[in-house]
Amino acid sequence: MLSAYLIQLADNALILGHRNSEWTGHGPVLEQDIALSNIALDLIGQSRNLYQLAASRMNTLSPEKEPVTEDDLAYLREAPDFKNVVLLEQPNGDWAKTILRQFYFSRFQLLQFRDLLNSKDADLAAIAEKSIKEIRYHVKWSSEWVCRLGDGTTESHTRMLNALEELNPLVAELFTTTDYELAAATGGWGTDPASLQPDWLQAVNATLQTATLPLYRDEKKPALLLSGKNGFHSEHLGFILAEMQFLQRAYPGCDW
Amino acid sequence: MPSHEQIFEDKIEREVRIEPKDWMPEDYRKLLIRQMSQHAHSEIVGMLPEGNWITRAPSLRRKATLIAKVQDEAGHGLYLYSATETLGITREETIDQLLSGKAKYSSIFNYPTLTWADIGAIGWLVDGAAIMNQVPLCRASFGPYARAMIRICKEESFHQRQGFEILLTLSRGSEAQKHMCQDAIDRWWWPAVMMFGPADESSPHSQKSMQWKIKRFSNDELRQKFIDVCAEQVKVLGMKLPDSKLQWNEETQHYDFGEINWEEFWNVVNGNGPCNKERLAARKKAHEDGAWVREAAAAYAAKKNHSSEIR
Ligand SMILES: [Fe+2]
Ligand SMILES: [Fe+2]
Ligand SMILES: [Fe+2]
Repeated sequence: MLSAYLIQLADNALILGHRNSEWTGHGPVLEQDIALSNIALDLIGQSRNLYQLAASRMNTLSPEKEPVTEDDLAYLREAPDFKNVVLLEQPNGDWAKTILRQFYFSRFQLLQFRDLLNSKDADLAAIAEKSIKEIRYHVKWSSEWVCRLGDGTTESHTRMLNALEELNPLVAELFTTTDYELAAATGGWGTDPASLQPDWLQAVNATLQTATLPLYRDEKKPALLLSGKNGFHSEHLGFILAEMQFLQRAYPGCDW
Repeated sequence: MPSHEQIFEDKIEREVRIEPKDWMPEDYRKLLIRQMSQHAHSEIVGMLPEGNWITRAPSLRRKATLIAKVQDEAGHGLYLYSATETLGITREETIDQLLSGKAKYSSIFNYPTLTWADIGAIGWLVDGAAIMNQVPLCRASFGPYARAMIRICKEESFHQRQGFEILLTLSRGSEAQKHMCQDAIDRWWWPAVMMFGPADESSPHSQKSMQWKIKRFSNDELRQKFIDVCAEQVKVLGMKLPDSKLQWNEETQHYDFGEINWEEFWNVVNGNGPCNKERLAARKKAHEDGAWVREAAAAYAAKKNHSSEIR
């Protein structure tokens, strides 16, 4: 269960990092191209730390098996094995959608990793400590952009409204609790995401208000049938993996 | 009283850096704007062929290193645009010249990246050739250019080592990987050799540039130096450079090499390379798609009446 939990954290970081890196070389202005690439790098770095930890735990548990590496976990699993939330595998869309997705997730990740600072698993706590400085910056950067776009021009405001409409239905999944998250919370090494929702809502709405955007409302809509955390993804993930895993799949067993 | 020209020439003579506020001949300024903005554009357009492989990089480590590398190139572009601005032309003007096709960038980036090995070959050969060109520019007579080059060269040599290491890993891998490695070297070698520009006798700006100590070595001198180095390094890879005439010459203490295809060179320079249209189209698209973002940031900054950190 611990490895499932770690892999979930890692998959979130990897998939968002991968999406962000699609902007590298194509950003709206050089400074921001650099900034978003930097966030991509932070997230991929976090995913590596988490995959490495998951791999080492898995290898300890099953010494009789061929040892697993970070790259096995990233490159040799199928879409239904991935546990990232559906929000993060969404196509980048325009800068507004990319910003809003980053803002929603970073706000969530900050609360989650703040809890993980107290994880009983000292290695996970150490990763949380290292990552949280990065996440604070991601929150700051993305909040500033939410404000700029929400309160910028009519066009940027409209684009933010579109982004809200597209992404809001995918937010609830962040706060649904899976079996392995519950086990992690009960075991004292992880956190129950449902407990983070009130703080998230307050922080997010404070920014949305400053940005002159409609607040996020937690309407009791019919539950989203997709559940990335349980491996039930949108169709987008398959294409991400087809691209990302291509070399490892085409030339099995090679060193790169 | 010595004239402006005399003071300028005297500084050049004594290797004293020319700074933006100093008087300088109009042709010196023009030559620098042309060279520095071309260099800046090359960094930015150069992000595209390599960025092409970020989402397909074969391991997490390679993925992270490649993002970092492409991000470095964006940083190089930034330093160089800023250094060019000290000559009295704005970044917007300079970028418009790129997008309108008026300004050139290094032709090497008009070649496609077809396999993962191309990322290694670019690091080894393209960053390698760039270093050969740029190390002497760290002593260029114009202060802001020289200082930008010092920062840039450090990172470029890091890129070169990473590229070589990618190829080295491939060269020790499976048959398919070895083949990939040789194929990439075959495709990138001659374009890299051409990066040093036309032969000295047909290089129109070179003479002035040497006289003003912007350039220190001729195109052909640098090219020879590059070939000499690569001809040795390729042995470590156990690969071959695609030149049947490549041979050590005891007399000259240099490698002899085959004919450069100048027709191809001018063809690519004049817009008919394999990816000229795609590269420019990608830059234009980023610029146009980003217009509303830049406008929103400017409008917001004006509203808040504080200077915004983005431009
Ligand atoms: Fe560069
Ligand atoms: Fe360069
Ligand atoms: Fe470079």
